[in-house]
Amino acid sequence: MYAFEIERPSTIADAVKALSDEDAQALGGGQTLIPTLKQRLAMPATLVSLTGIGEMQGVCAGDNGEVCVGGATNHATVAAETAASYPGLSGLAGHIGDPAVRNRGTVGGSLANNDPSACYPAAALGSGATIITNTRQIAADDYFQGLFETALEEGEVITEVRFPVPEKSHYEKFVQPASRFALVGVFVAKYADGVRVAVTGASENGVFRWTEAEAALASDFSAGALDGLTVPADSMIADLHGSSDYRAHLVKVMTGRAVTAAA
Amino acid sequence: MASVTMTVNGKSVSGDVEGRTLMSDFLRNDLRLTGTHIGCDTSQCGACVIHVNGEAVKSCTMFAVEADGAEVATIEGQANTDGSLNVIQQAFQDHHGLQCGFCTPGMVMSAAALLKDNPKPSEAEVRAYLEGNICRCTGYHNIVKAIMAASGQDVPAVAAE
Repeated sequence: MYAFEIERPSTIADAVKALSDEDAQALGGGQTLIPTLKQRLAMPATLVSLTGIGEMQGVCAGDNGEVCVGGATNHATVAAETAASYPGLSGLAGHIGDPAVRNRGTVGGSLANNDPSACYPAAALGSGATIITNTRQIAADDYFQGLFETALEEGEVITEVRFPVPEKSHYEKFVQPASRFALVGVFVAKYADGVRVAVTGASENGVFRWTEAEAALASDFSAGALDGLTVPADSMIADLHGSSDYRAHLVKVMTGRAVTAAA
Repeated sequence: MASVTMTVNGKSVSGDVEGRTLMSDFLRNDLRLTGTHIGCDTSQCGACVIHVNGEAVKSCTMFAVEADGAEVATIEGQANTDGSLNVIQQAFQDHHGLQCGFCTPGMVMSAAALLKDNPKPSEAEVRAYLEGNICRCTGYHNIVKAIMAASGQDVPAVAAE
């Protein structure tokens, strides 16, 4: 790693101030950023740790029944504290990485990074979540803008994520056997006004909504409703772990399994 | 440089570290607690698992500065106060839960974290919990047996007995 300083602010205001320096970078749980730094793929002068900020920690119920998660809340906490209120989200958080990773990695860190194979983007997009930063509220549909690209501005911090709670939901992940990242992961959520299907791991453009499946599932929420649908393979990731055709096929299979398992 | 103070295995320690100093390096190089092993340094293998404020973390993927003020537990603090092996460590010995031993500190620390939250795990739960701990010798069966035995559950006797 190149040398850098670490600041550990205890308030959002102090974190934002520290991040105003153009060579400063936010540090969540570090489960992606620290390996990146070890490979010298990033060279911040200062890392601003967000995990010591009390007002960005924890899970609570919002005024409209949403599940509100502080941006610096780790995956293990989300898994434990949403088990009753939002089991689909809890199941997703409880299967990211491994237990030690889940004790460090944060929801804000995952969403800010927007790795094309990360799990949390599927939950946020699949729930129609609202990403709340120190300056504004961003709808998930506007937030994800491609591979590692988001609507966040320089120095903007995800302070909270609000997930509307669906009637039924499930996240089905086909793990890449070595890395345990999602080769394809599908989050399905059935709301009173429609169904959302968000796919991670598959597309070269990062997480996306499979709108044809959403329409089919809105009238018939069963795996059979997907029978006549096909997923185009042209923008799917192709690598040594799977071809684009394989990933396109998996999207449909995982969606069907998620629908069947939704609770 | 930043100065850090933390409690490691019940003792207050302090030191001066760079921002980039990993917790695993602080333990091994500054505190000379070399029981915490570095297998991969890419947060895959779990040989470096320690507890920070009671939670299992990979010490190669955390900065020492982030543990400032924390309660830290490492493999060196796991034995009973009279120096004898604790229940988990003894079970690893009894059930041949190690061969070369390189992964063992992380395995024991992960096992301790699991049993704290889930005192009677099923075999499937033990295997799921060890997802982030890699062992290249044992094939895991005896590690799983050891953890089941440490939780007070009956396990089949090992072939060597």
